[in-house]
Amino acid sequence: MTAGSINFVPVILWTDGLIFALLAGVLVLAWIISRQPHLRAPWAAVARRPMAMGAALVLGVFVVIGLLDSLHYRDKLADSLADKPQYSVEVLSAFDALVGRLRTEQEKTYSAPLAMQLYAKEFVERDGVTVREYPRLKYGGAALKHADERLPDITRRGIIGAAQGLAASLLLFAALAGWQARRSRLPLGEWLMNWGEGRLGWPGRTITLVLALLLMLGGVLAHLAADYHVFGTDKVGQDVLYITLKSIRTGLVIGTLTTLVTLPLAIGLGIAAGYFRGWVDDVIQYVYTVLNSIPGVLLIAAAVLIVQGYIESNPGLFDNAAARADVRLLALCLIMGMTSWTGLARLLRGEALKLSTLDYVDAARAFGVSHTRIISRHIFPNVFHLVLIAIVLDFSGLVLAEAVLSYVGVGVDPSMYSWGNMINGARLELAREPAVWWQLGAAFVFMFTLVLAANLFADGVRDAFDPRLQGRR
Amino acid sequence: MFAYLLRRLLYAIPILIGVNLLTFALFFVVNTPDDMARLQLGAKHVTPEAITRWKVEHGYDKPLLLNTQATGSAQFTDTIFFKHSAAMFVFEFGKGDDGRNIGNEIKNRMGPSLAIALPVFVIGLMVNITFALLMVFFRSTYLDLWGVVGCVVLMSISGLFYIIAGQYFIAKLWNLLPISGFVGGIDGLKFILLPVVVSVVAGIGGGARWYRTIFIEEIGKDYVRTARAKGLSEVRVLFRHVLKNGMIPILTGAVVVIPTLFMGSLITESFFGIPGLGSYTIDAIQAQDFAVVRAMVFLGSVLYIVGLILTDLSYSWADPRVRLQ
Repeated sequence: MTAGSINFVPVILWTDGLIFALLAGVLVLAWIISRQPHLRAPWAAVARRPMAMGAALVLGVFVVIGLLDSLHYRDKLADSLADKPQYSVEVLSAFDALVGRLRTEQEKTYSAPLAMQLYAKEFVERDGVTVREYPRLKYGGAALKHADERLPDITRRGIIGAAQGLAASLLLFAALAGWQARRSRLPLGEWLMNWGEGRLGWPGRTITLVLALLLMLGGVLAHLAADYHVFGTDKVGQDVLYITLKSIRTGLVIGTLTTLVTLPLAIGLGIAAGYFRGWVDDVIQYVYTVLNSIPGVLLIAAAVLIVQGYIESNPGLFDNAAARADVRLLALCLIMGMTSWTGLARLLRGEALKLSTLDYVDAARAFGVSHTRIISRHIFPNVFHLVLIAIVLDFSGLVLAEAVLSYVGVGVDPSMYSWGNMINGARLELAREPAVWWQLGAAFVFMFTLVLAANLFADGVRDAFDPRLQGRR
Repeated sequence: MFAYLLRRLLYAIPILIGVNLLTFALFFVVNTPDDMARLQLGAKHVTPEAITRWKVEHGYDKPLLLNTQATGSAQFTDTIFFKHSAAMFVFEFGKGDDGRNIGNEIKNRMGPSLAIALPVFVIGLMVNITFALLMVFFRSTYLDLWGVVGCVVLMSISGLFYIIAGQYFIAKLWNLLPISGFVGGIDGLKFILLPVVVSVVAGIGGGARWYRTIFIEEIGKDYVRTARAKGLSEVRVLFRHVLKNGMIPILTGAVVVIPTLFMGSLITESFFGIPGLGSYTIDAIQAQDFAVVRAMVFLGSVLYIVGLILTDLSYSWADPRVRLQ
């Protein structure tokens, strides 16, 4: 394919590459697990928990948006030559292309959710006289002729959207019921009875309910967003729904890539300390006590300030603003990973210490099995559940930490869409009269949903994997 | 006991040296004084003279580790490492970029920090343990189930929202308490109340859930069955037996933070305008005042290590079987 035949060029930012590498890794892992009955069993236990599965569905929606938002490209400039194409400096993503107007329909300044007027009065020329009134929005409710039409129009759109969502979920449910009934060789009526009484062996009711709710919500949002700013607009008139949806990727990147940095350090050093003991243990313990004793935020702040200084003094290394912000995001993940491996390492050290005295490890040693092989065959599989629990438990904490760090001024780049930056900006907005609350509200709703879903899912995973909790419920 | 304490204190020294070397590496080797000067002076086109002047003013004009121009022991003492890093061992922190003595600032600001952090710690601990015991009392009922779900919901809300919502509703909308500020003495109570309440509420979710797992683990043990078999009431079992035996894990988490209470909380103090160490630190981070950040890192590490030692001491207090040797 020649460069002239396509009108964009893909851009792979650092975090994009890592995210898709991570996705590939997870898929491979899932494939391995699905082929081993003893590995599959705890996951099947997770799948039987209604709360965990409902949360997983919600997480899935966030992940899909985050992944779509990680496919970056740059548009070809309209006036560039065919044989020597030039591309826009603005880096867009598949998600931007998908929501289209949400990104481009920019108002002048603040406007309330679902409003058709700006939030502040302005002097407007009308029939030759200058009057002070709320100017109409360029896009929000542009089709309306009069303010009285706004509420009925919103209600109508809401109902249509919800109805479409409901119809879609009914259709999906019918397909699911037909397929499942045939698979389990039951009459449809009996399958429905089983479904209604929760006797399917998997949480059918919860999944159906959450799916229906998500579809209806999506329908309402889609219909309203077509002609309104559902969460209003921010200071420069950008749609707040768009900003908060874009923030999803930032949250996910921080929650996942940080763990990716943590894992090799925590697993390698933790197991090494517990298995080899002696001076190896002393050195590793010393290192993590030193790191642990430094207040976390301060260590992160110090490191981020230094990276920031480096980026500022070497502007030539990055060809556009997105790449610069991306490197800073990656640096933040690295720094947070470097400072947060100590907890898991200590846990794994203790466990490895216990495991390495067991008879089967002694036997393996007596047979002359190498250290690497003992660790990979006998120690690591037995601490894997701890690693997994730590991954899912840490995720929500990291998403929350991003907001705090951005507030302190050592978080992601100020130009990057993130919930931390939204909350940070909202402080001044709340002090206005009347208060601008929608940016804070949108960040709150989305962040809370993601973190709550992650926490509920993590609880399910922990209950299924932690042998100490088994049999207590 | 005394020998144990001495050994622990001696063991703390290499850790503090490690912290010191790490901060030295971060602040002076990775980020040279020239970079610091450029960052502080702002503009991209600063002259070398301005950088030199800034370095002289702040005492960063010396060699990092070895001063070849000096003679005798001054070869080692007249360096950045000795003046700015090693000096912290005697709590000599030097001056911040605003020219004020950091040691004095720390002394003045510890009080306000403690005025917030100490009540938060004590009340928070009591509230969390009470909620946890309540959930355990009603365990495997819907009250417990929804209590846990409620905890997870509370945990999922960012701490920033608690503060913003508290300030907006209680202070701005309902005018019950001042939105921020601080005065010493008994008049300061009205300023302290809101941050303390907000911080305690923000901590309930995670705290109560954590203590609940401790107590649930404890309640499955044999001595609880024995106590019940003796005919003790459930309340008595919980408060006399389970709470006391759950002390070790509670102390592990709680005692270590007591010394660090002096440092205050970055976010709470900066939102509520408390002139404590937390807001001092956050201001320093935002102004990129490396001298202050360095001092706070060192102070935080010292206090953390003190906390670890206190934790060990508290074990022997809570559990007579633990002997410190």
